[in-house]
Amino acid sequence: MKFTLGWLKEHLDTDADLDTVLETLTAIGLEVEGVENPGEQLGEFRIAKVISAEKHPNADKLQLLKVDTGSGDPVQVVCGAPNARAGMVGVFAGPGTYVPGIDVTLGAAKIRDVESFGMMCSERELELSDAHDGVIDLGDEAAADVGESYVSWAGLDDPVIDIAITPNRQDCMGVYGVARDLAAAGLGTLKTLQVTDITANIPCSIEIRTDDPEGCPAFFGRSVSGVSNTASPDWMQKRLRAIGQKPISALVDITNYIMIDHGRPLHVYDRAKLGKAIFARKAQDGERVTVLNGKSYTLDPSITVIADENAVHDIGGIMGGEHSSVQPETTDIVIECAYFTPERIALTGQKLGLMSDARARFERGVDPAFLNDGLAIATQLVLDICGGEASIKVEAGAPPLETSAVAYDPELCATLGGLSVPIDKQRASLEALGFTVKGDGPFAVSVPSWRRDIVGAPDLVEEVLRLEGLDAIPSVALPRADGVATPTASPEQKRERKVRRAAAARGLNEAITWSFIPEAEAALSGESPWILANPISEDMKVMRTSMIPGLAAAAKRNADRGAASIRLFEIGRRYLAEDERPTLGLILAGAQDARHWQGGGAPFNVYDAKAEILALLDAAGAPTANLQLFGDASPIYHPGRSGRLCLGPKKTLAEFGELHPATLKALDLGGPVMAAELYLDAVPMGRASGHMRPAFAPPALQGVKRDFAFLLDSDTLAGDLLRMVSGADKQTLVDARIFDIFTGKGVEDGKKSVAIEVTLQPGEKSFTEEELKAISDKVVKAAEKAGGMLRG
Amino acid sequence: MDQQKPDLAQLNTDLRAAIDVAAGLDALDAVRVHALGKNGVVTGLLKTLGKMSPEERQVEGPKINGLRTEIAGAIDSKKAALEADLLTTRLSSETLDLSLPPKEMPKGSIHPVSQVMDELAEIFADLGFAVATGPEIEDDWHNFTALNIPETHPARAMHDTFYFGEDQQRDGQPMMLRTHTSPVQIRTMTSEKPPIRIIAPGRTYRSDSDATHTPMFHQVEGLVIDRNIHMGHLKWTLETFVKAFFERDDIVLRLRPSYFPFTEPSAEVDVGYSLKDGKRIIGGDPTKEDGGWMEILGSGMVNRRVIEACGLDPDEWQGFAFGCGIDRLAMLKYGMDDLRAFFDGDLRWIKHYGFSVLDVPTLSAGVGA
Repeated sequence: MKFTLGWLKEHLDTDADLDTVLETLTAIGLEVEGVENPGEQLGEFRIAKVISAEKHPNADKLQLLKVDTGSGDPVQVVCGAPNARAGMVGVFAGPGTYVPGIDVTLGAAKIRDVESFGMMCSERELELSDAHDGVIDLGDEAAADVGESYVSWAGLDDPVIDIAITPNRQDCMGVYGVARDLAAAGLGTLKTLQVTDITANIPCSIEIRTDDPEGCPAFFGRSVSGVSNTASPDWMQKRLRAIGQKPISALVDITNYIMIDHGRPLHVYDRAKLGKAIFARKAQDGERVTVLNGKSYTLDPSITVIADENAVHDIGGIMGGEHSSVQPETTDIVIECAYFTPERIALTGQKLGLMSDARARFERGVDPAFLNDGLAIATQLVLDICGGEASIKVEAGAPPLETSAVAYDPELCATLGGLSVPIDKQRASLEALGFTVKGDGPFAVSVPSWRRDIVGAPDLVEEVLRLEGLDAIPSVALPRADGVATPTASPEQKRERKVRRAAAARGLNEAITWSFIPEAEAALSGESPWILANPISEDMKVMRTSMIPGLAAAAKRNADRGAASIRLFEIGRRYLAEDERPTLGLILAGAQDARHWQGGGAPFNVYDAKAEILALLDAAGAPTANLQLFGDASPIYHPGRSGRLCLGPKKTLAEFGELHPATLKALDLGGPVMAAELYLDAVPMGRASGHMRPAFAPPALQGVKRDFAFLLDSDTLAGDLLRMVSGADKQTLVDARIFDIFTGKGVEDGKKSVAIEVTLQPGEKSFTEEELKAISDKVVKAAEKAGGMLRG
Repeated sequence: MDQQKPDLAQLNTDLRAAIDVAAGLDALDAVRVHALGKNGVVTGLLKTLGKMSPEERQVEGPKINGLRTEIAGAIDSKKAALEADLLTTRLSSETLDLSLPPKEMPKGSIHPVSQVMDELAEIFADLGFAVATGPEIEDDWHNFTALNIPETHPARAMHDTFYFGEDQQRDGQPMMLRTHTSPVQIRTMTSEKPPIRIIAPGRTYRSDSDATHTPMFHQVEGLVIDRNIHMGHLKWTLETFVKAFFERDDIVLRLRPSYFPFTEPSAEVDVGYSLKDGKRIIGGDPTKEDGGWMEILGSGMVNRRVIEACGLDPDEWQGFAFGCGIDRLAMLKYGMDDLRAFFDGDLRWIKHYGFSVLDVPTLSAGVGA
């Protein structure tokens, strides 16, 4: 909320300077977001009088002025303003002055061969308004002040303070409330509010009532007839303009002014546009109203409106209707000062997506005890500025005035707030804020009508603390256990950290991509996604069900920037219908490595993805040797070049593969691109076995290597053969690896030759020929089970 | 027996000469065969020993054997010399251009957000805080209602919430992306018995996108629930954390009264900064001309209503909570200035701002990398 220092001092009697005011505001929870002194940059502008005005010898539209600036001889100024004339008093800027509206620092200049030593300024050049029809004409009364600073003469050097109001402090959404808080903080005295009673004899020209006491418990108002809705007075315009509000007309400005001054929204209707009665009621389903922002809204019965017997004239507490709004020609008005139920206003505002200064105040709960004063202040201002005759006040319904009482033990300030404050000081603070405090030990505190946010003792602790200053709270060490801190990470967290660093150790770069992806990309993985009702864009519409689209999009951006070799991974969640699953995704795009004189630049292939995923599964603690491979990975992959790694057909630990050409096309990605996902939560967690490792002593004898070659049907998986061979003799066979795959000469069509080297580990004695033969037989037998025939 | 005695000295001289002139290993081997081979001259002499009388053998034996030893030794040394020459010759033809760059292993990296999360876990583990997690797709109760933000609360409007459609409600509740990590407070308090000390880092979402806001960002929540915990403990914990995180002792915090529905009293926390080379550095004197305060986190004493909503007795248990942007912490510590780059996956950015796999934050080595 913005206000000026001068405005604040209207309510606060204080000697404090600006800096103290600013510091105190922030210290008591009214955070200063900015302060601006529009006068600061206009300090050098002086009041000056035009002594003579003659035509410029070389230009039709320019004049040559002699200007008395109040010091030294009159200066010559070339001026293009049509209203500049001899005898006029205006605002002068001499050489060296910075003129903000045109962003120029003046120098002595020659204009059409005639020297000019400064300029007479328009309001736009001073950034006071958009007016640029002519230079500022201060009128004859300013003539006595020639040579004086213009900003101090015009009262423009009033700093504008902008504070952030937290949602609990509606009482400070008015300058008066801010003054009250500052006074309580010891920054001066709150001036007593002078509200004059309105004496009236004529009856209200319209019936006022509330038919929706739930949404609008109180509707106070009156009519004023014979007003003249001219421009509002200078002082009011100046203040409104200073805080960024555009003056519109006296009646509109008065309601805006009271809203800022007292946090009290009001509405003024053009009586001529209303029927016999004006009343609050629930809107009808489908009813429409066009309001002051020019937009039309469709209403329903959850919304309270102000209407006459013909139409809706106001979305209650949020925005007035266009039809009955006051115009320059308006002569008879109805002033509304109502109380709307905060919850109702909040829901209506959310439903309509309509924010307004009035809503912001009503939904936080305006002071229910200020209706009479608010109406009286408004009426008086209307009478003072616009004239007319006020009717008798009408009070329909009653605002919820019951005040809450809070039991407060002052000890709580220390036990909750961490600061010991003497009881008397606490009492004084609370009373300064408007609370009534009874009792000596535990207080019975009654809450003022404007502090709807105070509901419990901790709220009172905060009130006391903020006036003391939170800096006063001494730091107290959190009690800690003796000795070295015990580890806190869960096994899942340790695993995630380990896998992350394992991935980076293998040369993968960690990325973080959006959790949301385009709907079409989510469809690629075949899962039905969570769909945002209010996405920020179509590209961020659904929650990812796969890590791959986001990583692929990142890969594409990198490729578009010229990256040759892209290895990205991300650890995050996939958002499935039933839960969120922690997943590592990785993508390999472009070349395995850069072109190199020793060879390089080959594209990634699916075995690169397999290598990464196996290494990461290993880091995650998965039993990689026991994993089964299934060919039916998700449809984003190439069906012949992808697989699922599983413990049993249903427990998928990972998927990897080359991306399907259709996926590449959908993602607008050049291929081939390899990808993989590791489902971290599917990896069985090893049983905690303490720090002890199984006993082990390196065998004394060297292992013996034997080579075998088997013929397999070409569509039989070599991995199955390898697994069978590996398990052929658990006692001695410690390793088996495929070292050659061969098809062609010597191998019949439809077959392939798979060469396997096995390592046999002897125990305490070397193998005898018979033992080796027996093991070989076992290997051959095992191979046969996988369809492998020993090559002769 | 009147056989002329062989002239061993002459033989020795001849053989040595032959060894000397042998130009290569083959020539040398020929000399060896000639002298020491099966039918070699020295071997022949050795064979004569058997036919000699013992007395004669006693005299001739050492001489002939001596000759053999001497010649064999000479051949070995010559062989070693020849081999050395050969090696030198071979090596001189084997030079490589070592200015050529070798192949490089691909270099991986850790994202700054992950790194900072590890740093936070490390610092808070020392203070006894575990790391807690919760779902990112939250229900209305956990994200708002239990945190004392009822449907009509103005704070809801300030949260810019991403909602899911009505057809994706759960248990009749609207579902949304969590707007803060605070629902983890609720999930922890409803599932664990106090005393509680947790931090909860994770992804959070708000429908907001400009130069300094991204619709997805990271927060860390802190929660302590115990007996006799007050704001002084909160202040100490935050001071201790910030000093440990930025690894500076000259950091001052400023608490300002503020408002969060789920804490009472509430405080926003500013950290003092100073200016170095035109950049804001956390630490130093904020009251100096080039210094100042910047807001880094929100905090407060957990609202009684929140404790109650979680089924705990607020007269027995109280504590504090705080929330802080992780991305911002990373930016302040490591100097990135564009939040949006965090989520772009640009390898150039990742390689510049990312961390080595070996930069594991530890208390002994310091949590900063």
